[in-house]
Amino acid sequence: MKVSAVITLKKDVLDPQGKVIHETLDGMGFNSVNEVRQGKYFEIDVKENDPKKAKDLVEDMCKKLLANLVIENYKIIETQ
Amino acid sequence: MKSSVITFPGSNCDRDMDVALTKFGFKNKMVWHNDQELPKSDLIVLPGGFSYGDYLRCGSMASKSKIMHSVINFAKSGGLVMGICNGFQILVESGLVPGVLLRNKYLQFVCKNVHVKVDNKENTFFKNLDKKVLEFHIAHNEGNYFCTSDQLKEIEDNNQIAIYYCDQNGNTNDQINPNGSIKNIAGIFNKEKNILGMMPHPERMIDESLSGEDGSIFFRNLFNNIK
Repeated sequence: MKVSAVITLKKDVLDPQGKVIHETLDGMGFNSVNEVRQGKYFEIDVKENDPKKAKDLVEDMCKKLLANLVIENYKIIETQ
Repeated sequence: MKSSVITFPGSNCDRDMDVALTKFGFKNKMVWHNDQELPKSDLIVLPGGFSYGDYLRCGSMASKSKIMHSVINFAKSGGLVMGICNGFQILVESGLVPGVLLRNKYLQFVCKNVHVKVDNKENTFFKNLDKKVLEFHIAHNEGNYFCTSDQLKEIEDNNQIAIYYCDQNGNTNDQINPNGSIKNIAGIFNKEKNILGMMPHPERMIDESLSGEDGSIFFRNLFNNIK
């Protein structure tokens, strides 16, 4: 079963890359952007058919490795 | 005195650290990340470099490697552990010291000599050091020290800030902050002060004719403190 996770920086953490992307978009003429925050996206295929168990497994992975909870939040966005 | 330097795939300051430790009296051993057990050591060093190509987050993969179980046990039982640069990133990722190291504020790899102010000398690393300001070298892309406001309060209350980026007279301000670190923090301790993580490389300042002598001062003093 495939489970996806999105890792984003917490609100009060400075995201210089997001800021530069925002400025570049602005320079390209995309003037309607309020803010850009860059994150990470993972597609994980787990050997588990139960959606709840698969999600729990990926959540555990987020807590232990994929995200650093001091600065990042994680969200399991999709179960297929 | 015995020391061990851990080599991870992608470490590139491990041999420099070996040269430095050996020069100032340590009997040093190199330890591979996939080993399970540490040789008997008075000091463990996690060296600089780019372990696992800095994938995911700098230091995150290395912090889960086999040898780190032993390093964490060693550290938690009071053993001296020092992480330099990528080694500092590994220490924060393994939770041995608080906070994280973010991408440099101005998105540039910084490679230059810096001055650091030693704030706390009541520990084995800096005890008896006769200088307050040291000149070390930095070379990193992710050295922007960050922690939550609660963590910062705790770190300050427990005197865990080891060194600050400063000018040659010891003044700390935004202008000389090379990477955007909170409070100009260049290195911190754990609560018990037996673990030190810092971005600057003392091992690059051990030859008067090539670099500077402040690394020599640091290592000589460290050796005498452990002896």
